[in-house]
Amino acid sequence: MPPILVELLVLGLGMFLLMLEAFARHHDRRVFAFIGIVGLAGVFCVLQSFHPSEARVISAYAIDAPALFFKKFVVVTTIIVLVMAMDYADTIRKFVPGETPESGIGEFFALPVLTCAGMMWMASAVDFILIFVSLELVTISFYVLVAYMRRNAASLEAGVKYLILGALSTGFFVYGVTWIYGVTRQTNLFEIERVLPTIAAANQPGLLFGALLVLVGLGFKIAAAPFQFWVPDVYQGAPTPTTAFLSVGSKAVGFIVLLRVVEALQSLRPVGEKMLFALVLLAAATLVYGNLAALPQTNFKRLLAYSSIGHAGYLLMAVASFGAGDAGKAVVVYLAAYLLMTLLSFLILIIVAQHSEGDDIAHFNGLAKRSPFLAFSLLVAMMSLAGVPLTAGFLGKFLVFKVAYETGQFLLLALGVITVGCGFYYYLKVVRAMYWQPVPGNAAAIPVNSLSLITIALLVLFIFVFGIFPGLALGLAG
Amino acid sequence: MNLLVHLSYLAPLVAGLAILAGAPARKTAITASLIAAVSSLIVFLSYDRATAGFQFLSSVPLAQAWDLKFLIGVDGLNATMLLLTSLVTVAAVYVSPRLEEGENRYVACVMFISAGAAGAFASLDLFFFYAFHELALIPTFLMIGIWGTGNRQAAAWKITIYLSIGSIILLIGLIGLYLLPSPADRTFDITKLQQMAATGVFNGQNAHPVYLLLLVGFGILVSLFPFHSWAPPAYAAAPVPVAMLHAGVLKKFGLYGLLRLVLPLMPQPVHDWSWLLLILIVGNVLFVGLATIAQKQLDFTLGYSSVMHMGYIFLGLATYNVIGVNGAALLMLAHGLSIAALFAIAGEVRKQTGTLDYRDLGGLVKNMPTLTFMFGLATFASIGLPGFANFPSELLVFFGAFKNSTPGAAFGAFQWVAMIALWGVVISSVYMLRAYRAIFFGERPGRWQALKDAPVTFGLPVVLLLAALVIIGLNPQSVIGAIEPGFRLFLK
Repeated sequence: MPPILVELLVLGLGMFLLMLEAFARHHDRRVFAFIGIVGLAGVFCVLQSFHPSEARVISAYAIDAPALFFKKFVVVTTIIVLVMAMDYADTIRKFVPGETPESGIGEFFALPVLTCAGMMWMASAVDFILIFVSLELVTISFYVLVAYMRRNAASLEAGVKYLILGALSTGFFVYGVTWIYGVTRQTNLFEIERVLPTIAAANQPGLLFGALLVLVGLGFKIAAAPFQFWVPDVYQGAPTPTTAFLSVGSKAVGFIVLLRVVEALQSLRPVGEKMLFALVLLAAATLVYGNLAALPQTNFKRLLAYSSIGHAGYLLMAVASFGAGDAGKAVVVYLAAYLLMTLLSFLILIIVAQHSEGDDIAHFNGLAKRSPFLAFSLLVAMMSLAGVPLTAGFLGKFLVFKVAYETGQFLLLALGVITVGCGFYYYLKVVRAMYWQPVPGNAAAIPVNSLSLITIALLVLFIFVFGIFPGLALGLAG
Repeated sequence: MNLLVHLSYLAPLVAGLAILAGAPARKTAITASLIAAVSSLIVFLSYDRATAGFQFLSSVPLAQAWDLKFLIGVDGLNATMLLLTSLVTVAAVYVSPRLEEGENRYVACVMFISAGAAGAFASLDLFFFYAFHELALIPTFLMIGIWGTGNRQAAAWKITIYLSIGSIILLIGLIGLYLLPSPADRTFDITKLQQMAATGVFNGQNAHPVYLLLLVGFGILVSLFPFHSWAPPAYAAAPVPVAMLHAGVLKKFGLYGLLRLVLPLMPQPVHDWSWLLLILIVGNVLFVGLATIAQKQLDFTLGYSSVMHMGYIFLGLATYNVIGVNGAALLMLAHGLSIAALFAIAGEVRKQTGTLDYRDLGGLVKNMPTLTFMFGLATFASIGLPGFANFPSELLVFFGAFKNSTPGAAFGAFQWVAMIALWGVVISSVYMLRAYRAIFFGERPGRWQALKDAPVTFGLPVVLLLAALVIIGLNPQSVIGAIEPGFRLFLK
């Protein structure tokens, strides 16, 4: 099967689920999620059979090593998001009115599959037009997913904020693309890279202006400061599986596009260097803002929102060190680790929140006694997020710091020391709640269904495997 | 023999996991720590002293592109450190209290701390050398926070944040060290790094920032002045086994790192920056020493004293000659054993009386003659009286410092600092003897009439630590003979 068809397969799966919603009135909608998981697992196997190649059948569509990696990445993310959605179904039912208990919630399981198709296209997109189209597919499905709980004011507020900011960022992005097109007469990134050295010096400011606008547009997607202000409210208000999807999937594809754009611009040194400098500033602001603002948080979901900004800072630190040979590798490994630990945190958050009437850190009090398994798994997730060695998160940080050192980003390294210290504080706050604090009086033991149990166990296992066998993670990065 | 080296960290690690999975806590932990102790003793004794260098090597390649592997092996230095780790672990497990709830987690955490320390000492690969050490950070945080005493939560935060920042500075330093050679030669393998040292690649101008990063990183972990303020409150609040393992063993990781990486690889930066280290040493010995005298509680006195004694070890390292460095390495062992014994006894006193405040205690010798005797021995060891291992180590450090000749001056900076540090011995006898008198002698307040002497089961581990101190104290060559050949490779 030609690689180019694989997105159509995913799209077909999503359409099929939507049709099913129309015709199967009384079935438990969680079956949809299950079909989605099985289907995407099949897609993952198909992706495994592909080999990266530099040749492009369509000029806008690359199937190189990063593209393949990110495709697998979003498929895995979507599968875990669907597992979460099954656990979250009760909450969705509560806030979505309908004639039968099942009506109106089917799309919550079908839309992530469509989003996944968009993200997969984005992973392969090397033409601004395709990037834009797939970005819109992703963003529009997210508008629905974020505002899904329509009887919940927070979810609606999140939806409106995401809609406005999403549209604004798209505007920045497209405006930037037009400037780049105006200078180069190209939308294809490879063509842009080729013609850049030949453009007139007078056109360089225009190109830089366009590139910076694209950076702003992508800055919204990856939640980089100062374009992060939508993140805390949207993350907290959206249904938790959507939040997880946003914070992992959306961010990851934002980074692959960013990497491709930065790489293309490097062929013209003056512009490339200024772009990297802008990235350094962006990384510094993001690191500081994300980590400092996370310190006083008392709500776990909001904490994860700020932590996702903080991690965007480390990822930007790697992108800003583009001169080092391993910079792309660092981004890839960091994102892989970020997927494991962030999805693990959200999955446990959903399960705990359902049995605790809320998602504050205080609701995790005494989790070690209520469910030693969940507490230990969340301990692993927090350790990995904080960057304790022998976990995947450490490997990511290690690589990021290595490339930053190689390119002499000493400002970012110094900030990194402080922010890692902050990270230890706010991640350990959760550990403190779980292990130090007593169990609240009315709290009972927490049951975990078998699908979630297996997912959690696998995520924990992979966090350790990546941390202890760095060769594996590096091999993944190609 | 390779297997025995692996056992030193695997036994506690596996035991910790098994206990979490439901194995009987105490039995498993005691068995595992005894296995680790016996294997590290055999490794120490069978290390071939005639041929210097690393022995019993075994490795598993993990990332070819970086030359990163899981490399385990010993020379005299880390064989000694493994011995220290396992002895203190045995004692720490023995003095762990019996808890009605959560004993499994308690003992498992003790095992993980021990495994982290042993793994860090046994690893000859930068990646795992670093990784194992930080593995001990989280159990420490949990144990101080859950089972500590006094202002335990603040202390747990302080030590964790301090050490995590120290670790990340260290990490950047290690990355810098890794990146110093040309791309083709880069390796995480410490044995290869030491071979490359002769080429001077770690000794140029670029090496200076790396040296400072490593000094600050390791320095924070060792509580080098002025980065020491995490240690006393943490040790005061920590449960007894954690205080013993942390003050006795884990803190030595930073010194071990300096001995293992910095001294052999970067002689020039060490020499050029020795003025800075000497100033900090004076702070460690004099400033912290005076602060120790001001303490009113035994746990804080011990915490500050353990910071102060690091000053001597740093002085030994700074001398950069075989005598001084030998003294530093021996003092790492001696201090680890004696501070662990002191914390164990302090914990027993606190268990029985509920306080360690000098103003509340007194005259306990009437109830606790054995405990008093043991505390006396540990005190004498800590002050550095002849017969205990601390005496030859401090002597060597001072000899080394005096021997270090500053060009153009017969009596240079090293000699001055050694003179000041000698006063530290007086300071330490002041606060230790004062503590001894305040707790065990003098008038006994009425409410302590009914106290009983410590049970024999408590005495055993302390006797073990004290016996080791005396054996090494009477025959220091038994340890120095093992570690010196390694130092002779790069020192005069």
